Amino acid sequence: MSEFADQVSQFMGPFVGRVPHNKQLGLRFIANGNNWVELQLPYAPHLLVDPDHGIWASGPIITLMDTCVGMASMLTRGAFEPHATLDLRTDYVRSPKAEATVTARGECYRMTRQIAFVRGLAHDGDPADPIAHVTGTFMFAASKLAGGWQ
Amino acid sequence: MTSPALATLLRQPTGRLDLLPYAALLDLSFERVGEELQLVMPFAETLIGSPGRLHGGSIGGLLELAGLLTVIAAQPEGEALPRVRPVTVTVDFMREGACLETRAVASITKLGRRVVNVHAQAWQGSRDKPIAAAHINFVLDWPER
Repeated sequence: MSEFADQVSQFMGPFVGRVPHNKQLGLRFIANGNNWVELQLPYAPHLLVDPDHGIWASGPIITLMDTCVGMASMLTRGAFEPHATLDLRTDYVRSPKAEATVTARGECYRMTRQIAFVRGLAHDGDPADPIAHVTGTFMFAASKLAGGWQ
Repeated sequence: MTSPALATLLRQPTGRLDLLPYAALLDLSFERVGEELQLVMPFAETLIGSPGRLHGGSIGGLLELAGLLTVIAAQPEGEALPRVRPVTVTVDFMREGACLETRAVASITKLGRRVVNVHAQAWQGSRDKPIAAAHINFVLDWPER
């Protein structure tokens, strides 16, 4: 693993769960590599939109995936640079099992001067049987890769 | 959520959305403004994602709920209600979410019996400067007759 990826595991990883909104939902850091991140969101009653049918709200999954692929883009960037989500599409393939812990895995598959292209999935135990897929883009303000602001 | 209770609630001019646990977590309420159903998310420290900015996920969650509730409110009165679930949600983030109240509305592009296409928008202060928008496809599961 790169030195930067090591730094992320040691310092940023544990910090993710302390970001106020992540903390409110109960999101936690699991692991990362050079261009990927794994996070988890354990079931909690306040994550549901329909408690009668055990249906999760979309928001907590979006928060989980946005955080996950955002971190993956920063890892791939190799620097703690300001970035913002440009867009994020989530496809809900199926509902999570009742009271499951949802695991997210996201990666950045392409980095350009300004844009990070990301993808990820969420599953409730078996990554081969996901509950959601996401694709998205993040915008970096600085053009460090080109050697300066452009 | 008992859908009939929710449908009844949404016919009121204003109210809190505590029937939905995630909406209660975000402290959401709604206001009827003309034909529109506006969702209101007051600022709270717990919504922050990075210093001085709302988490994109909380804005996405608000947009999805604006869509969901607009779909429920659009169902004919007095009939059995379907279960409404999002299948695809695409969120565009245009401006950063400041530490302010956020409002969201949704409009239905096509109200089908099985699929509803929705566009939702969120803003802070000035409605002509949206901070985020979403395109959502909902699928309706009707109870067995």
